[in-house]
Amino acid sequence: MAKLLLEMKKITKTFPGVKALDNVNLQVEEGEIHAIVGENGAGKSTLMKVLSGVHPYGSYEGKILYEEEECKFNEIRDSESKGIVIIHQELALVPYMSIGENMFLGNERGSKLSISWEETYNQASKILKTVGLNESSRTLIKDIGVGKQQLVEVAKALAKNVKLLILDEPTASLNETDSKKLLDLLLQFKKEGMTSIIISHKLNEISYVADKITILRDGATIETLDNKTDEVSEERIINGMVGRALTDRFPKREGVKIGETSLEIIDWNVDHPLYSGRKVVKNVSLHIKKGEVIGVAGLMGAGRTELALSIFGKSYGTNIKGKLLIHGEEIKLNNVKQAIDKKIAYITEDRKGDGLILSNPIRINTTLAKMDKVSERGVIDMDQEVLAAKEYKNKLNIKATSVEQDVDNLSGGNQQKVLLSKWMFTDPDIMILDEPTRGIDVGAKYEIYCIINDLVAQGKSIILLSSELPEVIGMCDRIYIMNEGQMVGEVMKKDATQEYIMGQILKSGKGV
Amino acid sequence: MIKVKEVLKKNTMLIALVVVTIIFAISTNGILLVPGNVTNLISQNGYVVVLAVGMLMCILTGGNIDLSVGSVVALVGALAGKLIVTKGLNIWLSIALCLIAGILIGVWQGFWIAYIRIPAFIVTLAGMLLWRGVALIILDGLTISPFPENYLNLFNSYIPDVFNGTSLNITCILIGVVISLIYIIIQSMSYINKTKKGYQTEKLYIIILKAVLICSIIITLSITLARHKGIPMTLVIIGVIVIVYAYITSKTVAGRHLYAVGGNEKAAKLSGINTNKVLFMSYVNMAFLSAIAALMCVARFNSAAPTAGTNYEMDAIGSCYIGGASAYGGAGSVPGVVIGAVFMGILNNGMSIRGIDSNVQKAIKGLVLLAAIAFDVISKYRAKNA
Repeated sequence: MAKLLLEMKKITKTFPGVKALDNVNLQVEEGEIHAIVGENGAGKSTLMKVLSGVHPYGSYEGKILYEEEECKFNEIRDSESKGIVIIHQELALVPYMSIGENMFLGNERGSKLSISWEETYNQASKILKTVGLNESSRTLIKDIGVGKQQLVEVAKALAKNVKLLILDEPTASLNETDSKKLLDLLLQFKKEGMTSIIISHKLNEISYVADKITILRDGATIETLDNKTDEVSEERIINGMVGRALTDRFPKREGVKIGETSLEIIDWNVDHPLYSGRKVVKNVSLHIKKGEVIGVAGLMGAGRTELALSIFGKSYGTNIKGKLLIHGEEIKLNNVKQAIDKKIAYITEDRKGDGLILSNPIRINTTLAKMDKVSERGVIDMDQEVLAAKEYKNKLNIKATSVEQDVDNLSGGNQQKVLLSKWMFTDPDIMILDEPTRGIDVGAKYEIYCIINDLVAQGKSIILLSSELPEVIGMCDRIYIMNEGQMVGEVMKKDATQEYIMGQILKSGKGV
Repeated sequence: MIKVKEVLKKNTMLIALVVVTIIFAISTNGILLVPGNVTNLISQNGYVVVLAVGMLMCILTGGNIDLSVGSVVALVGALAGKLIVTKGLNIWLSIALCLIAGILIGVWQGFWIAYIRIPAFIVTLAGMLLWRGVALIILDGLTISPFPENYLNLFNSYIPDVFNGTSLNITCILIGVVISLIYIIIQSMSYINKTKKGYQTEKLYIIILKAVLICSIIITLSITLARHKGIPMTLVIIGVIVIVYAYITSKTVAGRHLYAVGGNEKAAKLSGINTNKVLFMSYVNMAFLSAIAALMCVARFNSAAPTAGTNYEMDAIGSCYIGGASAYGGAGSVPGVVIGAVFMGILNNGMSIRGIDSNVQKAIKGLVLLAAIAFDVISKYRAKNA
């Protein structure tokens, strides 16, 4: 057994109301690639934040041993000085700076008062060669693609004399070729003796690069598998991640009558808002019936959100073409107001950025999308508004001191419920839920699934956009599979498996 | 005890206003609150309240400010001078034309800001230069005066006393009493209505306490004014504007949309709010109120000068921020802004009475502005982390 580089012992981290990590143990040997897998919200990112000092020493319980000494990091700088570098899921590059400038940001060459640009660009070029990026170090970040930007992040880490490289879902926004390139790079670094930790959802990638796999679930370590000695199968990993049979996680939906078609789109095309001619959605057709839940599965960047927004009053894209039928009648929706009037609701994936007014109370958020229900000739009836907000607060079991509480102070799950009540308040027939359970805990997820079941029981149609395949399979009557802007398959609930859906996505990806 | 603390925290600026008033009242040996000076305070600062209310609408939409306000005041003032004094046009027609000119200026600026999406700061900075230039062109660099009596009377006169009181203006006191009664009636009607429908209400003693406080302020003010010449027309104009805009911002859908756009523009847009229109209207409104302020100013100075309105935008912006408007948009209220404007007014007036050098006054004003806002920010920060 090789020397242990890193050992995290009994790490426990609590946020107000949630135990994010519960006695987590992690051992990483020198020179290995260690994968951490788990569902969204299992605590992977939190664990890495503890390790890198984003959550400072003292805000968690437990011990971190690195190179056989205990570490007490107070900020990222402390962990970086030891050679622990983390590359976050969202790229942290400044678009209007060059590759070289970005690589040495916060780590500038030369003296404090006089940056040596020559040294910066020379070193940058050298490192770029080792990561196999064929670009000048003076190129601006905004001019290169996401795949190359990811490589710049790796190069930036190398510039810091990294010993332990942590990658948080590095391939989430990359295509197949770029992902392969990045993974091969990791294997090459491993040969040169570097240690890496990779967080990923993609099981095929993990079995390709990882030596060891640690599975996290609900903030606890389940087991650590060795890729060489243990019998590692995808089933075993999935079982570890999910922990229980898929059926328990989703409330049963029985006796819901599926009625007539409520919404249908035919040959839907959408262009990118900035680069016209670049199709984001290509010839998509789908339909949904009353009382039905349909899913649209796909990877990040598959075009699901763009599709939904373009239907919802042309809120995304240009040059939108195709037929939109609601209850069999062809209509055009030119703005959000018209879409709301036609009883369509779009519940955004980004509740903080696009969904709620955080600085405002629950009451104001609840009624915002349908003010005419609580106003007469433009004058608001505050009393009626309070009653409406209270009604939904009780109905959805939103935990808050009163409807006057600012949504800022609510937990993610409760914020999501406020967002749902905002759109239920508009009395929609068709609701498009975009990643409705992202970043919320298991209990709140279950409640949201129950709400979805109640809604379809009332004869509403639900379109569920989600990258979590278990969720799509568990909740939907029928699943569309989308990849690179196209529908690449459709499957009924009884035939749906994760393998089948992933297979369809991968197959379609290779053809392009 | 906790209740008292909360009330104090919510009303920091009101308390600061009371403190400043008391300090100046004492240090000027009471001159600050002499009836003549109170009347003076109102006519001196009327334009600030009008501009600050408009500025609040712009700030609410996302912390945007309108820098062109002072120049618009100069331009509309110049237009008024040209029409009324030089051309001798009917004053009502002239006033209508001036207000239309204001709206057109707003349409111009609002178009670039809301529909072409040029940052408001830049558009109104350009406007600041442009409208000042146009004002200079219209006036040819000269000052026009004097304005005819009938125009001046519209803005500078007082509500006449129908009872011909000798030392006291009885009408003025009567109006104060009537307003207090109307306030009490509205409050009690809404209380009765709410309890009847079973809605939640504030505690009765709080409502009564509030009513007593507000009514006593109104009546004290009306008695003070009655001892001078009565209610100045300026107070009537700003009273109407403040009530109308307080109502719009707090009770109407349009007002709600204003706050929503400032609070989270993307969310507002996805909630079916026409965010461009909201932005556009707030700048049209700003220019419209600037035109009203211009008409008030030319009447007060009895002249239309090319340098009129200099730095007025800063008075308006200062009042908004002192009055608790958020520099990021989405928060602030009309009553708050009025408090801010009165605060600035008393500070100016108090220092002038004490004969403080005008250069020193400027420096002090800067420090007080920073201190007031720092106090507010820090107390809120503490509240959040408590």
